[in-house]
Amino acid sequence: MATRVGMEVSIAAAEAVKQANADIIAAYPITPQTHIVEHLSELVNDGELDAEFIPVESEHSAMSVCAGSSAAGARTFTCTSSQGLILMSEIVYAVASLRLPMLMILANRSLNSPLSIWNDHSDVMSVRDCGWIQVFMENGQEVYDHVFIGFRVAEDRNVIIPFMMNIDGFMLTHVIEPIGLLEQEVVDRYLPPFQPLYRLHPNNPVTMGAFGPPILFTEAKKAQDEAFNKTMPHIIKAWQEFGDLTGRYYHPIETYRTDEAKIVIITQGSLGETASIGIDMMREEKEPVGLVKIRLWRPFPFAELREAVKEAELVVVMDRAISYGGPGGPLAGEVRSALYPQESRPRVANFIIGLGGRDVAPEDFVQMVQQAKAQPGEWYEIYGVRE
Amino acid sequence: MAEIRFHGRGGQGAVTSAELLALAAINEGKYAQAFPSFGPERRGAPVVAFCRISDEKIKIRAAIYQPDIVLVLDPSILRLVDVGNGLKGDGTLVTNTRFSPEEIKDELGIQTRLATVDATKIAREELGLPITNTTMLGALLRAAHLVDKESVIEPLKDRFGRLAERNIKAFERAYNETRILEQGG
Repeated sequence: MATRVGMEVSIAAAEAVKQANADIIAAYPITPQTHIVEHLSELVNDGELDAEFIPVESEHSAMSVCAGSSAAGARTFTCTSSQGLILMSEIVYAVASLRLPMLMILANRSLNSPLSIWNDHSDVMSVRDCGWIQVFMENGQEVYDHVFIGFRVAEDRNVIIPFMMNIDGFMLTHVIEPIGLLEQEVVDRYLPPFQPLYRLHPNNPVTMGAFGPPILFTEAKKAQDEAFNKTMPHIIKAWQEFGDLTGRYYHPIETYRTDEAKIVIITQGSLGETASIGIDMMREEKEPVGLVKIRLWRPFPFAELREAVKEAELVVVMDRAISYGGPGGPLAGEVRSALYPQESRPRVANFIIGLGGRDVAPEDFVQMVQQAKAQPGEWYEIYGVRE
Repeated sequence: MAEIRFHGRGGQGAVTSAELLALAAINEGKYAQAFPSFGPERRGAPVVAFCRISDEKIKIRAAIYQPDIVLVLDPSILRLVDVGNGLKGDGTLVTNTRFSPEEIKDELGIQTRLATVDATKIAREELGLPITNTTMLGALLRAAHLVDKESVIEPLKDRFGRLAERNIKAFERAYNETRILEQGG
């Protein structure tokens, strides 16, 4: 029987890493960091988790330890946030190209400057193209569940690609809410031990990360791109089997009241639940509006998105990062790319909201839909600026 | 859904208060959410925490702007922070103060239902410290039956271990000593 307990989402994530029986946890232990790593260090210290906890001097070292750990065949976990991700980003790219499976939780927070410790998505967007599978989580239950799903997908021999969970800093990491915990026996049935194809071992030498001169580099990248493009069915299978075991089913995107919706709001992360209240308020007023929540960011679910908005005349995309000099926020760019091949496509309006911890309330979604309806054309706007 | 906003000073345990309340509600099978007002933690600076309790799944993830209840852990905050901001007309202000509800009502011009208790005195006597988080939870539950009083005991024991008994005593005393002035009273 699963148990339902009140727990801070960060603690629930750490408990899941324990249940997943991680072998190596390498992390920079101070700001920007979360209770996830703090709690894991306690679990290791107290002997509740038989793992090596390696506190390092920087995030660059954290990800470097993770690279070696995964290459040696250990189940590997790390966690970071904002500037920490930027500092480790060199190795974030490397481990993807080296096909080293691991799980990283990124507690999404803004980047300098001005100095901010608060939540937005500018950190993850800086590594959008790093070659990791990337998901956005909406609530604490999804965070807990995806620790198992993430390890399972990353280590799947059909995938062998690192997995990044985006969870909104503070808005999720610091919230206490009810979480349904899984029995260890269920976790063990879902998540088999990590069995790497190749591992670094002195008795059986292999080369990883060799020199890639011009005559080889393109072919290596083509192989990596093809492998990445084949991950979708395996991710969907991992979600399906998790649902069959637990009753909690996940999909690349989730829809809410999109039936006959002429207007569709698109969100990522924890904004989705708040937005759904705004949708209810507008539906009360007979506004034909629905919601699409993008859970899978990489690989991007192009076909699923087209299907979800096929009846829409107006799509309102909520971004939480800026792409300076670009077409709007990073999510809006992807949505427009998805819709471009269609003969008839909805108009795309784009708001950039919730930057650096700015609160977003259900009423804000009502106001943004009103503005998007009234203001023709394709545009983006930074919403809620105090003048 | 009940929405409660906690005002305190960094180090007094406003966040712990909100968390204990949410844990008690979740243990009762309800839905609840507790979170701090996010920011650099500074001991002594005014801080805010939030708690929502509902019979249905809570979907909103935003701060509380129109609380049903405001709980003030530190009397000095009453004159520093607009604690009543957004408080619903039929809501309740629960505050730590050595004054009576009538005196507070007149001094601050509060129009809503009001509950007061001298939590600092109780905390000093029972805990030996002016930390009023568990004490003010007693006052809160006296003013509004958000959860059963007994439901708070288990999370309180989990959190405070060997100090739990003293906290429970402070909690019980505040529950009994809280005075309530009904709206229009």
